[in-house]
Amino acid sequence: MSKIKYILGLFDDPDEMMNGIDKLKQNNFSVYDVYTPMPIHGIEAKLGVKRSRLPIVAFCCGITGTCTALTLMWYTLSYDWPMNIGGKPNFALPDFVPISFELTVLFCAFGMVSAFFIKNHLFPGRAPRVMELRATTDKFVIAIDANANTNHTHIDELLKEAGATEIKHNDRKYVSYE
Amino acid sequence: MSSHNESILREPLITGKNITYARITEEVLWPVENKPNKAWWIGFIVAAMGASLWLVAVGYTFWNGIGSWGLNKTVGWAWDITGFVWWVGIGHAGTLISAVLLLFRQNWRNSINRSAEAMTIFAVICAATYVVSHMGRPWLAYWPLPLPNQFGSLWVNFNSPLVWDVFAISTYFSVSLVFWYVGLLPDIATIRDRATGLRRRIYSIMSFGWTGSVKTWQRFEIVSLVLAGVSTPLVLSVHTIVSMDFATSVIPGWHTTIFPPYFVAGAIFSGFAMVQTLLLITRKVLGLENYITMFHIESMNKIIVLTGSIVGVAYLTELFIAWYSGAEYEQYAFLNRISGPYWWAYAIMMTCNVITPQLFWFEKIRTHIGISWILSIIVNIGMWFERFVIIVTSLHRDYLPSSWVMFYPTWVDISIFIGSIGVFFTLFLLFIRVLPSVAMAEVRLLVKTSSEQAKLKLLQEGKLKAEEAEFYKESLGKYDSVEQGAYANV
Repeated sequence: MSKIKYILGLFDDPDEMMNGIDKLKQNNFSVYDVYTPMPIHGIEAKLGVKRSRLPIVAFCCGITGTCTALTLMWYTLSYDWPMNIGGKPNFALPDFVPISFELTVLFCAFGMVSAFFIKNHLFPGRAPRVMELRATTDKFVIAIDANANTNHTHIDELLKEAGATEIKHNDRKYVSYE
Repeated sequence: MSSHNESILREPLITGKNITYARITEEVLWPVENKPNKAWWIGFIVAAMGASLWLVAVGYTFWNGIGSWGLNKTVGWAWDITGFVWWVGIGHAGTLISAVLLLFRQNWRNSINRSAEAMTIFAVICAATYVVSHMGRPWLAYWPLPLPNQFGSLWVNFNSPLVWDVFAISTYFSVSLVFWYVGLLPDIATIRDRATGLRRRIYSIMSFGWTGSVKTWQRFEIVSLVLAGVSTPLVLSVHTIVSMDFATSVIPGWHTTIFPPYFVAGAIFSGFAMVQTLLLITRKVLGLENYITMFHIESMNKIIVLTGSIVGVAYLTELFIAWYSGAEYEQYAFLNRISGPYWWAYAIMMTCNVITPQLFWFEKIRTHIGISWILSIIVNIGMWFERFVIIVTSLHRDYLPSSWVMFYPTWVDISIFIGSIGVFFTLFLLFIRVLPSVAMAEVRLLVKTSSEQAKLKLLQEGKLKAEEAEFYKESLGKYDSVEQGAYANV
């Protein structure tokens, strides 16, 4: 086996890159990952990436917020220290709507964003695992695991055919550790 | 697929020839990656002087108490709450642009959302400082939080709109901040991957290790969408609750059910005016004419004329209802507003908010940069006077004529107000130096569909209906960043 770990196909155009993925798939090569400077719509279906379940997390967190707010207001104003405020009911539900709403939004937003950060291992100070530095600027990069896909010349041909402007054979996975 | 041909009838959102993904990065990051120019330094020094004035005035207030303001026993709220509501209102456009326009798939938001959101955050910071300093004893600012009894006296009263406001403003601020920062991650990663040395280290920490892999982008898009979904009602709720600070009281002039929608419309109105004020300068100074085009300016002016008209209808409705209610005190409150000693404030409010924005019905005016800028400043002034009119003229003549007074601001009131503008501009100027002022990742999405060059290609292919092509060419006439000559023989 050669020392090459990953083959990168760099494209200038997202449509050509999508074409490249199609070509690789038709020839039974597997794509490790794709790095792009902008979201590419429809790429998930092509790569068989499953639908994100983050909206479910968002819903659960939101409901938790609603319950927290209502419980807090019930506990403080009706249970722990009920007060007579102008003879009005202690558990004055209409008055509790604004805060229940705000806490729903707060919990939902923070819960979902935290889940997003945790699932993608994003946190301040994390060493960026970048395979190609220009992938965040103007290059659309297909990364292919060189050990799992052995016919390297064929891969190169396919990428070039699809319109890759540059093909790299990297003997290390991430460049950003240098 | 990432690209399909957009209808030729839609105006381009990016102008200029040979726009590439690399060029967008270069142009947007130019102010971040280079030394600031003279214009920036002049702006920054002036703004920083304002911010210092703010520090002095707020320090003076904290040391001597709010007796140093012009308040008296009749007018207990004046420039402080006027300033607070003014800033919170301004802070509405950013989230509106990034959330509501995202839900409506208004792609023109892509190039203005970043700076508008930054503006929101800084405006809410300015608003929050007013809240803290008007408390009198700012070291007890944690009292509106629901802390156990032993800590203060009792639990907070959750029936009070002032407590709702604490929750609303803090939720709004933190959710806007999160929304803004998540959107920034891919762009910070761009700066990181182009930088070297210490800069790279710093931006690396700030980028959270963003890579731009498929799964990251997929989740990013979902997060943006859901955040937009929850921020849309949030942004409407915030000014609703601010208005309830007034509307749930029994002061004539405040106690009106029209307040929530009226305040929300006013907030969007003033927010877009401030976005316009800032972006018209930013676009010029940073050379972003190709990304913030005449279409963006015109669209914002259309929103200003719409919300300004809603505000105008609300003013007239208030007057009508005051008369129609038959309530003596209510009627007097509004008569006093129009013809009392503060008639001039009411006149300024009416002129700046209702009359002058109507000029935007003329296409010539709404596509004229200089006039748009001046009108946006006028709206800002008018909206400040709106809050002043609502607050001070409702208070200064209460139920007891012997306690009727006027409000005179002291140098501290004035300095805090001018200073808060300084704080706002200091933060904004720092922002455009260290972070990309245009959401690059989102603008890249437009290159292949909504850019002038993509549409020019469609024209050149010549498969379009003649009248549609003609319509498109006519719509380009208003752009200042389009070379009109190129379309003469296409």
